[in-house]
Amino acid sequence: MPKRFVSWMIGGPQGSGINVAAETLAKAFSRGGLYVFANIEYHSNIMGKHSYYRVRVSEDPIHAPVEEVHLLAALDEETLFGDHHHNPEFPTHHGHVHEVVPGGGIIYDADLGDIRDRLKRDDLRLYPVPYFEMIRRALEPFGKAAEYRQYDIMRNTVALGATLAILDYDFDLVAEVIREQFKGRRARLADMNIQALRVTYDYVHEHFGNDFPWKVRRRERRGDHILIRGVQAVALGKLQAGLGVQTYYPISPATDESTYLEAVQSKYNVVVIQTEDEISAINMAVGAAHAGARASTSTAGPGFALMPEGIGFAAITEAPGLVVFLYQRGGPSTGLPTRTEQADLGFALHPAHGEFPHIVIAPGDVVEAFYDSFEAFNWADRYQMPVIVLVDKYLASSYITVPRFETRHLVIDRGIRYQPAGQRDGYLRHAVTESGISPWVVPGTEGVVFWTTSDEHNPKGHISEGVLHRMEQMDKRMRKLELAAREIPDSKKFTLHGPADAQVTLVGWGTTKGAILDALEELSALNGLTFNFLQIRMMRPFPAEPVGAILRRARRVILIENNYSGQLGNLIREMTGFRIPHRVLKYDGRPFTVNEILEGVRRALENDEERIVMISSEAREVIPWPTR
Amino acid sequence: MAYAVKDYKTEVWVDWCPGCGDFGILNAIHQALAALQLPPHKVAVFSGIGCSGKTPHYIGTYGIHTLHGRVLPVATGFKLANPEMTVIAVGGDGDGYGIGAGYFLAAGRRNVDLTYIVYNNGVYGLTKGQASPTLPKGVQTKSLPEPNLMEALNPIAVALGAGYTFIARGYAYDVRHLRDLIVAAIQHRGTALIDVLQPCPTYNNIYTREYYNARVYKLEETGYDPVVHNPTDEKEIVEKKAQALLKAYENGDRIPIGIFYRVERPTLEDELAARLPHWGKALANLEPIYQRDLTPLLDELR
Repeated sequence: MPKRFVSWMIGGPQGSGINVAAETLAKAFSRGGLYVFANIEYHSNIMGKHSYYRVRVSEDPIHAPVEEVHLLAALDEETLFGDHHHNPEFPTHHGHVHEVVPGGGIIYDADLGDIRDRLKRDDLRLYPVPYFEMIRRALEPFGKAAEYRQYDIMRNTVALGATLAILDYDFDLVAEVIREQFKGRRARLADMNIQALRVTYDYVHEHFGNDFPWKVRRRERRGDHILIRGVQAVALGKLQAGLGVQTYYPISPATDESTYLEAVQSKYNVVVIQTEDEISAINMAVGAAHAGARASTSTAGPGFALMPEGIGFAAITEAPGLVVFLYQRGGPSTGLPTRTEQADLGFALHPAHGEFPHIVIAPGDVVEAFYDSFEAFNWADRYQMPVIVLVDKYLASSYITVPRFETRHLVIDRGIRYQPAGQRDGYLRHAVTESGISPWVVPGTEGVVFWTTSDEHNPKGHISEGVLHRMEQMDKRMRKLELAAREIPDSKKFTLHGPADAQVTLVGWGTTKGAILDALEELSALNGLTFNFLQIRMMRPFPAEPVGAILRRARRVILIENNYSGQLGNLIREMTGFRIPHRVLKYDGRPFTVNEILEGVRRALENDEERIVMISSEAREVIPWPTR
Repeated sequence: MAYAVKDYKTEVWVDWCPGCGDFGILNAIHQALAALQLPPHKVAVFSGIGCSGKTPHYIGTYGIHTLHGRVLPVATGFKLANPEMTVIAVGGDGDGYGIGAGYFLAAGRRNVDLTYIVYNNGVYGLTKGQASPTLPKGVQTKSLPEPNLMEALNPIAVALGAGYTFIARGYAYDVRHLRDLIVAAIQHRGTALIDVLQPCPTYNNIYTREYYNARVYKLEETGYDPVVHNPTDEKEIVEKKAQALLKAYENGDRIPIGIFYRVERPTLEDELAARLPHWGKALANLEPIYQRDLTPLLDELR
């Protein structure tokens, strides 16, 4: 059954607090027994540029944004009408009014005057709210009414208060979330914001009634749930895995993960170090890994571009326990620093010169991000090779309601450790073994020393350019990849969602998962066909045989990727020989909406198009949600 | 049990050119480790790439031969994860002051407890003698087709600005003096730089053993006092740095060696220990982390 939902959007200049308003609402929804998906679009800018946040809420689990907006809260004029006024030559957008559904509502500052002509449509409910008057009234009980202009930051709370009134949601739940944000000496700010919420809530009820067709009501939900975003899920997975050292150089959108870890470092005994650049970050992590810690660094494409030599160094010296997190963003170069993309798959697969084993895993959502982040360290220790976890900006910053993570079954496996036999016992750091694994040891272990080098070496870790040493070390390192391919279960490598014998198979990886899953149910209802979704998670070692078998058995196959070229499609062809005939692609820096998946699949099936490129609804008409 | 110098050696054949200054540095490291009686399994030696990069293979402790220019980040990460180890990083002047210059600066700011020994010979030896960042402008060694176009960097001066808490210069052919410098550097709590004048007999025919033998003198024999006696006195710090700076630029007929500057400041480890109550005891073997309880963090996400 297709899901019912309400979609809300708030827009405003960067620094106006749209994220606080959206996250407060999302939390209040999620605590009210509802499922939330919330994602932000923002510029690489601190103050002033246009940003917007979507919050989608439903009584059923949801996993992605949709294009249509039921209620739009505009903190400024640009949210409604775009940036023609300050970008006359090359405007970047035309506002969000066109994304509001017929009969939907717009909350805006009454000081903008009569906007009806400018809207160019008359099928919307308008909620002009005098923002500053609301702030002034809210400040009265605090004796600060005269200074109301200084409290313009509270406009986001005014918009939130109006939202609550229009959607008729639980006031106290929101007030509770606000109260938690302002603790201790800042408690008075909570009172002021809650007063602004109240004043606006009453104002909207009084002036506009309560007849908005889309309402949100709290309900009972079974089981313990959390509202979490990708950076938090990754950080929690790392903590659970026993992370000892985290290094990082500030970069969007990866930094939030490191600062989250930094904030809890004393509680969990994790060294979090900001380095001078990403070259230092990767090499410090490699050093920490050789010292015996589970070590990690998190970065985005431009930072990863500085890491190849460190990754190759980790690979040839077989550093145990090194995991690199790559948050993809729009490339190339500085590209789109705060926008999402899936364009670094090829880079992650070839992250340095030369040939060496490594593992690349691409979780598709926060739940997989948590468990894959945990497991990545087990692989890094067991196989003593770098593990790259591929995530992206969209995962990093999107909030979703999911069941609370279950951690009891998670077991830390530090791999095969060397047992010292006494003084100067001839330990060989790079011993040649059948499995390829050379037992590792924590430096400082009594009676043991070892050598290792970025040069090719002999089993003892001393430089050697001897043909036989080269051959046995190269072969032993590569055997570890074969071992990993054998040992890591298929359930970690790919998932076939939906019926095995569906008439249409969608193929994707990473964070397109949510939109594809949400689209699956709609698709079956729409087309009368059956659909399934082959989600590839492990890119190396690649599950070529089972994936090839599934694809050869499939009747119609459609690839969906958040990049220009269809990098997974290319990898599948390289690994299995299977050519996927349709590619639905998007590379405008924004994630897929459910609507776009539906549209892309429709065009592939009905028009037999090979290359279908999606452009976000920011810049075009909304793809209508299927009628039911 | 007592450790002899031979306990810090390995069976690996030393492949430096005959007469290379690197031999003197290697001997000084061996002797310093023996003088300090450090158990080999409690010491880790790191190197960059270049002739000096071979050093760990010739020392009977943990030896990690890293990348060109990146020895300090690797050594730092190792030390932060396993702080009970004595960490020594070595590299050449091209490695440390050229490709690794950013890390050379940042290491001074961090003040992790490690010793960094730079084999400074003015040339890139392993790639056959190109000019390094410490070769003066206009100088043409026999391996250069044209005279050097760029000014030389002054490592001591840069280290003073970067915040190194122990700054010294050694001479590769005065092994006993260099040994004592290394001992002092290892004993110093914080990042210690020893820039070593290390003639390259193969490619640098200007800054030779004869050149230095005629010029070097020992700071400590002149009554020079490098120590900041009150480390909380910013004025004394600046005065001692100014004095060291003057000595750093004394490179004509007389070239000083010895300790230029020394101050006791909190190390990065001190700062971390204040922040992380269990840091240092548990990181590498890490048993307590296996019982991490995420309950409070998950509760916050409700």
